[in-house]
Amino acid sequence: MNEINSKYRIVPIGPYHPLQEEPEFFKLIVEGERVIDLEINLGYNHRGHEYLAQTMTFDQVPFLVERICGICSNSHPYAYCLAVEDICGIKPPPRAQYIRTIIGELERIHSHYLWLGLAGHFIGYNTVWMWVWRYREPLLDLFELIMGNRNHYAINKIGGVRRDILPEDYPKIEEYLDLLEEKTTMFTKAILDDPVIRARLEGVGILKKEDAIAYGVLGPTARASGIAIDVRKDDPYDAYDKVDWDIIVFEEGDVLAKAKVRLLECFESIKIVRQCLKNMPEGPIETRIEDIPAGEGIGRHEAPRGEVFHYVRSDGSNMPVRHKIRAPSYMNIASNVAAVKGYSIADAALILAAVDPCYCCTERTIVYENGVKKYTGKDLLRLSWEKTEELKRKYRR
Amino acid sequence: MGKFKLWGLKKSPWVFHVAAASCNNCDIEILDVLTPRWDVERFGIVLVGSPRHADVLLVTGVLNRKTLPRVLRVYEETPKPCLVIGVGTCTCHCHMFEKSYNVVGPYDRHLPVDVYIPGCPPKPEAIIMGVVKALQRLG
Repeated sequence: MNEINSKYRIVPIGPYHPLQEEPEFFKLIVEGERVIDLEINLGYNHRGHEYLAQTMTFDQVPFLVERICGICSNSHPYAYCLAVEDICGIKPPPRAQYIRTIIGELERIHSHYLWLGLAGHFIGYNTVWMWVWRYREPLLDLFELIMGNRNHYAINKIGGVRRDILPEDYPKIEEYLDLLEEKTTMFTKAILDDPVIRARLEGVGILKKEDAIAYGVLGPTARASGIAIDVRKDDPYDAYDKVDWDIIVFEEGDVLAKAKVRLLECFESIKIVRQCLKNMPEGPIETRIEDIPAGEGIGRHEAPRGEVFHYVRSDGSNMPVRHKIRAPSYMNIASNVAAVKGYSIADAALILAAVDPCYCCTERTIVYENGVKKYTGKDLLRLSWEKTEELKRKYRR
Repeated sequence: MGKFKLWGLKKSPWVFHVAAASCNNCDIEILDVLTPRWDVERFGIVLVGSPRHADVLLVTGVLNRKTLPRVLRVYEETPKPCLVIGVGTCTCHCHMFEKSYNVVGPYDRHLPVDVYIPGCPPKPEAIIMGVVKALQRLG
């Protein structure tokens, strides 16, 4: 931003600020009250997951990738297990597939509730926050009932799942689902009818369809901008092609549309869980794997925020040689630049949070040495060009 | 004067939440403690927006090279005497990130921590118990 003259002012947000839980740094460039540009500085959460994954055995990695993010703590192990199963060329038994689907959808409801509450907090409407989080608690009780922990579930393992859902727990789960459906209906009505919330959310932070495509956004952010993209429909895995459900798409692209997508997705998730419980097949819950052959595999899972992508390469030993992770927020956060321009500072906080950013998922890719950034995007591009040239020289006859 | 200040700290401690490089789970459990099922605001525990208003720092996650100077600065900005409570196993011994190239080691090498609350993540009841123990330390 060399061309900034004295007319523009910079409003820094972060890295420690009351708004969001995670450390991140946004530089809002404002003219008066209006935001004219945004600079995003991430990397506070870098913990070196991809490196650590290469120092662990295949069976240990699910516990590591689970701790990428506390909210998507099912999505990352799920995608990782799909990737390793892709290497081995096996599929988990049907009962394990159904259990994975159930947990994935319950996690989606919990994550959407969490976002809804925080969105209420960001617009200064703490009543929404307290109500929504109050009814998120029964869901966490359900997780504790099924898997023994409120947050890090450790349900996925390569070739299946660790724990079975016992038949005597089905009525209890149904009971919780009824409660959740009732409360989601209540929130949908309350939020869509509330003039205060509508005034704050409607027409704010519009991400146009062409911008959404250009930034390659994923998940509810894309679906609120009119792009019907969902890995569960596009490339069905596990039980998703055996149940009946719809993709929720809205055209507006504003924060209200994003809230609507998430609220209505909760209903779809409840529908999926009900069908899975009804049609749950009997049988074993895991396929035994003796060893993992050399090769490479990918796993894709539709996390609450969009597509999680894991790539694993194996050389036949008991550790992955390369493990690459791409989290959905990596694509979604960049789209903030397009969404926030032209709105006032008061709305900026909400717009930045509307993509449901997950910084701890995102920040694993920047290289640091002695606290100094070693490679920028440009450097990596240059390195890539150099490598291409070198390969060309090497293999050109 | 010091004794008086410590007595003042015991009543209605105001909390600032510092997430170093956490996985978000401890942070969410901390927010959970404020929501209706546990509702610690009835004891006067409030989450504040600035370290300058805080009596207690709740730190979560491992320290890495980028967050270490920021966390130290937040600690320096907090009026003394203050309590530092480490929430989660990451604050106790770096958890599984110990061997990572970007992690700078456990908290007690860098700033004084009064109480550690182990767990990944600790349950809200455990967080409340940790805060109570920290306040009991004041006598």
